[in-house]
Amino acid sequence: MFEQTLLKNINTENYHQLEVYRTGGGYAGLRKALNEYQPDQLIQLVKDSQLRGRGGAGFSTGVKWSFIPKDSVLPTYLCCNADESEPGTFKDRLLIEKDPHGLIEGIAISCYAIGAKIAYIYIRFEFIYGTRILQQAIDECYAQGLLGKNILGSGFDLEVIIHRGAGAYICGEETALLESLEGYRGQPRLKPPFPAISGLYASPTIINNVETLACIPHIVLRGAQWFSDIGSPKGPGPRLYCLSGMINKPGVYELPTGIPLRELVEEHGGGAPNGKKIKAVIPGGVSAPMFAEKDLDIAMDFDALAAAGSMFGSAGVIVMDEDSCIVKVTLSMLEFFHIESCGKCTPCREGLGWVLKLLRRIEAGAGKHGDAQELDRLGEAIFGNCFCALGDGAIMALRGALGNFRDEFDYHIAKGHCPFKTESIVLHRTRATG
Amino acid sequence: MATQKLTISLKAQINAIIPRYVEPRSAVMPALHLIQDEFGYISREAMEEVATILGLTPVQVYEIASFYHQFHTKPIGCHHLQVCINVSCMLLGAENIVSQLEQSLNIESGQTTADGRFTLSAVQCLGSCDTAPVMQINNQAYCEHLTGQRVEEILQRLREAPMGHRPEAFAGAQKDQREFTVAK
Repeated sequence: MFEQTLLKNINTENYHQLEVYRTGGGYAGLRKALNEYQPDQLIQLVKDSQLRGRGGAGFSTGVKWSFIPKDSVLPTYLCCNADESEPGTFKDRLLIEKDPHGLIEGIAISCYAIGAKIAYIYIRFEFIYGTRILQQAIDECYAQGLLGKNILGSGFDLEVIIHRGAGAYICGEETALLESLEGYRGQPRLKPPFPAISGLYASPTIINNVETLACIPHIVLRGAQWFSDIGSPKGPGPRLYCLSGMINKPGVYELPTGIPLRELVEEHGGGAPNGKKIKAVIPGGVSAPMFAEKDLDIAMDFDALAAAGSMFGSAGVIVMDEDSCIVKVTLSMLEFFHIESCGKCTPCREGLGWVLKLLRRIEAGAGKHGDAQELDRLGEAIFGNCFCALGDGAIMALRGALGNFRDEFDYHIAKGHCPFKTESIVLHRTRATG
Repeated sequence: MATQKLTISLKAQINAIIPRYVEPRSAVMPALHLIQDEFGYISREAMEEVATILGLTPVQVYEIASFYHQFHTKPIGCHHLQVCINVSCMLLGAENIVSQLEQSLNIESGQTTADGRFTLSAVQCLGSCDTAPVMQINNQAYCEHLTGQRVEEILQRLREAPMGHRPEAFAGAQKDQREFTVAK
């Protein structure tokens, strides 16, 4: 029987307050880590747990930590990636707003493990409320000796500093986040060197997602075996699934990795509203190619999803019902990627603009014969030729739609209108800029 | 357009942020947040002052202000209505919300009403897809589960609200008063 861990206390009143968090056993993980573990043992513990990153890439957290050089004369930094911006994802916001101390405790243990004395939390600008809650929680910790100098009498010092973003999806990419934190435009860096070797201020740096860090206290308290016994053997643990779109019960669900996507959307999410049939599901944020309804029996597992040509990503699950127009959804996704392209590399900056022009035309009923093939050709020119994963993600999303729902694109082009709605839409609205 | 001479207090707040980072340049985004909270947007002269404080050239500040969507280098309306139009909100009718606001305010998205009260923007995912459709007004908590009626109610309330230049500037993380210097 699966037992909730990350969301166990999420509805406890005032759980964001230190006193309430401690009453529920909070900071016992930090105390245990500081008293019973050497940093190297903690890294081994997290490796043994087989925790994989919850932000998108799904890399082994313990292995990432072990890349920090042992003999470096430079300081080590931890950056908590709280720039949650992948469309369809809203789990980190929940953790930050309802359980900020769970995150801070995870940050403190992780910093002890990797030898960092400073942690920066890069939080997206729009999370105003969460930023306020998190800052209050940090202030409480300083007042109670849980942050600052000589934490819990252990001799371990740690400063935790919030750094607010300013509206840029690309800053969720770890090296763009570092650029932004250093006061530059949020554009990705060439890897290698990887941040663990040369990251923030050219020093060894670990960047971990909010949910990843929130798992750490539980692993310390309950052991690596407990964690690795949950869910998929090769990517175990509890996972926060975000259900949204055309679904009866949207929200954040904590369930093991590995559960079938169909069970997630049909049983937990209650299926599509108004008795409609589900047509397609995006499994891990918009960068993860969508599945058609017939393919929903797949396990929500890092490797199974990758083998099927999609990805676990941020576990942002978006459901489309039988009345949803896939062309319109694809247009919406590509508008997003184009706006958020940082402009550094040509395939992404220019290529996505071309893709978008074609999609706008098709969606508006003005598509020309050959436009779908042109989209294929552009995909080939862009995919694999971008500086970072943003452009590739855009093409993966496009291919997922074209591959599964080619007939809808062909219908729009041939008939000049949408089979689901007669009116054309204008999604390329603008934001106030300048 | 009012001049944006940074007050002594604002300069002190910016200076207090610098020790949180190894390089002063890292304080550029927090500094711009403080200025935008104070003035509603970031003027060229304010950027020049920030450059002086942080030891940068003006263009090094401008390239930050122009890169990030949420920094405004021109004045915007008192109430900035930001409607999410990404996939989940779109599936649940965000376009209708945008159209309704455009008609009601008699502007297109990206524009500001003549009286300077409202700016309307269609924005990308706000990270609240389970409560779609969603809108954020200035720096406030999200308006969730939007319907035509709720939008009208919100507009009515905002039309009656006094027109301060930034009535709800965010007084939060960046005004954290703790003093410390990071080890360099």
